[in-house]
Amino acid sequence: MTLTLNRDLNRDLRSAPSVVKTKVAVRNLDFFYGRVQALHNISIEIPERIVMAFIGPSGCGKSTFLRTLNRMNDVIPGTRVSGHVSIDDHDIYAPGTDVVELRRRVGMVFQKSNPFPKSIFDNVAYGLRINRVTRSSSELADRVEEALKDAALWNEVKDRLKTSALSLSGGQQQRLCIARALAIRPEVLLMDEPASALDPIATSKIEELIFDLKKQYTIVIVTHNMQQAARVSDTTAFFLLGKLIEVNATEKMFTAPNEKLTEDYITGRFG
Amino acid sequence: MTSLTALCTLLAVSALLIILSYIAWRGIGSLSFQFLTDSPKPVGEGGGIGNAILGSLVLLLISSVIGLPLGICVGIYLSEIGAGRLAGVVRFIVDTLTGIPSIVTGVFVYAVLVLPMKHFSALAGGVALALIMIPIVARTTEEMLKLVPHSLREGALALGAPQWRVTMGVIIPAAAPGIATGAMLAIARVSGETAPLLFTAFGSRFFNTSLNEPIASLTVQIYNYALSPYDEWHAQAWAATLVLMTLVLGINIIVRLVTRKRF
Repeated sequence: MTLTLNRDLNRDLRSAPSVVKTKVAVRNLDFFYGRVQALHNISIEIPERIVMAFIGPSGCGKSTFLRTLNRMNDVIPGTRVSGHVSIDDHDIYAPGTDVVELRRRVGMVFQKSNPFPKSIFDNVAYGLRINRVTRSSSELADRVEEALKDAALWNEVKDRLKTSALSLSGGQQQRLCIARALAIRPEVLLMDEPASALDPIATSKIEELIFDLKKQYTIVIVTHNMQQAARVSDTTAFFLLGKLIEVNATEKMFTAPNEKLTEDYITGRFG
Repeated sequence: MTSLTALCTLLAVSALLIILSYIAWRGIGSLSFQFLTDSPKPVGEGGGIGNAILGSLVLLLISSVIGLPLGICVGIYLSEIGAGRLAGVVRFIVDTLTGIPSIVTGVFVYAVLVLPMKHFSALAGGVALALIMIPIVARTTEEMLKLVPHSLREGALALGAPQWRVTMGVIIPAAAPGIATGAMLAIARVSGETAPLLFTAFGSRFFNTSLNEPIASLTVQIYNYALSPYDEWHAQAWAATLVLMTLVLGINIIVRLVTRKRF
């Protein structure tokens, strides 16, 4: 089912680009940590409202690439980017780009859950407050509730919104971080191995959540877990040694990949 | 290994306990309500240390008002803003300042404040104590801010927070208990200082209300009484020492209660 859907999607892309819009377009991206080149000439297009998974062995550059999409690498000293990344046809590395505005539109969930040492409510409200999204405290409360519901956490925390976020379990903390990112209604959601530190039950909750979220958001997820990539994503990209080897519909990728390297990785011959 | 470390711990703790109990034993006899509220009187007429207690609190207040904000700002600069060579130079200067003997600070303030003003003053004493506090507060603040996990910074930045809001809204609150502990340590440290006050606040035998006049302090009072030839004053010096230690302990407990970890 997914396969035919994606085939249709690809055909649409070719014949009528206006039907499925490209959300993120990357052309000839190189990335350097000091003198070490971490990404080599990456070009990829991410369509709107799909889930794209990045797979590849540790150190292959998939997380680095993910972080170029909201310019999170800017905070690491000594890094350098060349090439083009555009979101909705706006080059996000153009001089004068408002990075704060960019990060509001491109949300991020990290590998290790990182709730602020504040209450559950204040964690979700943080992004709304700093971006002055809401006009009244009742509107703020509504947005917090909505975000927590979207992150499938509301029922577990609705009676203790004022307690510390650090009192939640690991899986709940990660869903809180997702709620925090969703509260400001980003257009793209970047997820860097969001379930790698969670048990299978918490993981399946996050995966169900991703499935629901793609109705509204464009989601890019980095994962080490190939079953997870197969379960949640529509399209998969395979990275190796800083190069993008293959982008394909997920089902095709895991059954009949075009590249020999992809097949070797997926069948566990290396990496 | 266990017994060796246990023995060392026992030695260190018992030394502390012996000091505390000896001071309590020698000091408790002269303690009375009058002793805590009166100003000093000539030998044989009793008198108290009320003015010295008040003076010490005034000096701590002046030095905290000057020293804590400055020190915390330097710490924030070192941890969050300054980078590369300049921060390295600032850090080296701060470390050097930490090591300056307190009497040198006293002489310095004597030269730049007391001499031009032509008299000793509470203000000069507070400035001298503040100079001792700044490097201590700056380095503890820096260390505490650096202990805040990097993931918290990235989490806040990823939500579209500008750098200054990340620092003010997330990093500093997360490090607040540690920063308060550093401030408390600095206050406790200067509350025991005598040398820098000898040339600056000088001491006084009366209750002073003006910051522009010499002011009494517990430490200088203890110093003067301990050096005197009178047994009565020796006893009062012990009692004043007990009061000083209680004061420091009280500051510790209050700050701990105020900065108790809420999250």
